[in-house]
Amino acid sequence: MSDVLVLAEHHNSEIKKITLELVTGARALGNPVVLWLGGGCTEDTVATLGNYGATKVLVADSDAVNNHPVAPGAEIVASLIDSLTPVAVLVASTADGKEVAARAAIKSNCGIITDAVEIAADSTVTQSVFGGSTVVHSRVTKGTPIITVRPNAIPATPQPFAAVREDISVDISAGAQRVTVKDRTVVAKGARPELTEAEVVVSGGRGVGGPEGFSVIESLADSLNAAVGASRAATDAGWYPHQFQVGQTGKTVSPQLYIANGISGAIQHRAGMQTSKVVVVVNKDPEAPIFELADYGVVGDLFTVVPQLSEEITKRK
Amino acid sequence: MGNIDLQSVWSDVERVNNVKIAVCVKQVPDTWAEKKLRDADSRLDRESADGVLNELDEYAVEQALQLVEAAGGEVVVVTMGPERAGETLRKAISMGADAGIHIVDDNLGGSDAIATSAVLAKALSGRDFDLILFGSESTDARMSVIPAMVAERLDLPQVTFAQKVEISGSELTVERVTEYGFDLLSTQLPAVVSVVEKINEPRYPSFKGIMAAKKKPVEILTVADLGLEPSVVGASGAWSEVADFAARPPKAAGVVVTDEGDGGVKIADFLTSQKII
Ligand SMILES: Cc1cc2nc3c(=O)[nH]c(=O)nc-3n(C[C@H](O)[C@H](O)[C@H](O)COP(=O)(O)OP(=O)(O)OC[C@H]3O[C@@H](n4cnc5c(N)ncnc54)[C@H](O)[C@@H]3O)c2cc1C
Ligand SMILES: Nc1ncnc2c1ncn2[C@@H]1O[C@H](COP(=O)(O)O)[C@@H](O)[C@H]1O
Repeated sequence: MSDVLVLAEHHNSEIKKITLELVTGARALGNPVVLWLGGGCTEDTVATLGNYGATKVLVADSDAVNNHPVAPGAEIVASLIDSLTPVAVLVASTADGKEVAARAAIKSNCGIITDAVEIAADSTVTQSVFGGSTVVHSRVTKGTPIITVRPNAIPATPQPFAAVREDISVDISAGAQRVTVKDRTVVAKGARPELTEAEVVVSGGRGVGGPEGFSVIESLADSLNAAVGASRAATDAGWYPHQFQVGQTGKTVSPQLYIANGISGAIQHRAGMQTSKVVVVVNKDPEAPIFELADYGVVGDLFTVVPQLSEEITKRK
Repeated sequence: MGNIDLQSVWSDVERVNNVKIAVCVKQVPDTWAEKKLRDADSRLDRESADGVLNELDEYAVEQALQLVEAAGGEVVVVTMGPERAGETLRKAISMGADAGIHIVDDNLGGSDAIATSAVLAKALSGRDFDLILFGSESTDARMSVIPAMVAERLDLPQVTFAQKVEISGSELTVERVTEYGFDLLSTQLPAVVSVVEKINEPRYPSFKGIMAAKKKPVEILTVADLGLEPSVVGASGAWSEVADFAARPPKAAGVVVTDEGDGGVKIADFLTSQKII
């Protein structure tokens, strides 16, 4: 069977859930071979990747990779397309993932499809476009298909394999080292699940009224083991940190359950949550467009409805 | 390209250096319009909706104008698109840009990101731009790959998702939004940058700007003018294709109730019925 190259998405030694989803998806196409860029790949991470079916974990850890974003990764992916001749390359649909994929596509003369939600054994890709209103099947017609996959689209399922680690060294050109990382600011993420990975997302908008109001949203989130999201109105006002913004210019989420509280449902907000499986809305304005997406909606004040809901959930557990 | 008398435009500004900036802008269907694919060729139906300037590109235009206001220089807006994308280019110019480049050609229909990036890169090359700015994504395609592809084709460093951009001499410093916070990055010009919407507040074109835009030079280029083979653009230059598509049946209308003191309990009942709790 041929290899399928999977670019691991990770934060230091923490494997992102999307990586396991990619490895799972890759199994339908061939032998998943994971590429791990940078440090943090431990015996445990190799074992975890193997548990989802990875046959090999290629580790490229060097100063060139660690100190310069995107371009070195693209060179390594391009060189592996050359040497491994994989049947496809799967990458996470994140900012970095898409850019590594884009540059590698040009380098290797390969077509690219972004934001896949499903990949068939023949590499035909399913995409959900225009806010989920249209389902498209596409395929790459030139070179090795490079496919970026949306988080939370392919459920990760184990299929144990004893993966082996292989350290690789790829010469990185001077050209790929022209952007230098001077400093990294990592905002503490707290104990809640990652926004793009969470099964349940509880969001607050302008209706939350201020930073204090978010405690109501957080309590509901905690009763459901959910991530907290926010509309741009709430993040721009400084009520909640920017990295929790959901929407066109924030994160795209696709959870089992999305609860929108005090959010009107502007098109830019919908763009980031429209593919959620079940949508619940609390808003005091019955005309708010977000109700069009609701599987269940309550017209009411979030400050009475939301605490009651949290209490009820805790009671029923 | 029409010669712009920079001396007279910028003589009263203390110049740190002169930056020549290109901004790539795209015409997209109106944000609120319902978007559809055409049955005949699986392409986005652009005729059925008003075309507007991709709102994320407004931030790129604004950033270019601010950089040039501070450092002196020139802003050229660049678009690839059908005839009517010219209106969008004029809108971007009316914000204050100096000139435009419009690549328009019937052979371009059906271009994917690979083909689009080939055209933009060719149009941008050899013009000595110090900085090439992009929006972070187009609201119709939503791929966010064109900036990286253009950078690759032009062999330029690329810094994307910038929430802050500073130029000092030939050094470019950028705060790049990441999944976890932000990175402080630096590189040398020339470079490719895409900006996020947090970076600034785009200005509205002034009446004066709109009038002035009518007289500013717009270079119209065809695929042949660029020296590109027709086979590398449009549907024949695309390295991906849509096999088929279908409208997803509209979601069944949900239940909406008015809170009568038990709204929270009712949602809990609903979640229980969905086996979520
Ligand atoms: C380029 C661009 C990019 C953008 N990107 C994003 C993005 O990524 N994400 C995003 O979210 N937005 C984005 N926006 C902004 C978007 O257009 C809206 O302005 C924003 O989503 C509105 O946020 P909101 O719904 O919280 O606020 P509003 O539209 O003001 O809605 C607040 C809602 O709260 C309700 N409410 C008030 N009080 C209560 C109460 N006590 N109980 C219950 N309900 C209450 C009101 O009825 C109202 O419906 C973008 C805009 C632009 C131009
Ligand atoms: N046809 C085009 N003409 C000019 N610029 C474009 C075009 N398509 C995309 N862009 C630029 O590339 C950015 C990213 O687009 P995309 O990769 O399609 O999401 C946009 O914000 C624009 O700045």
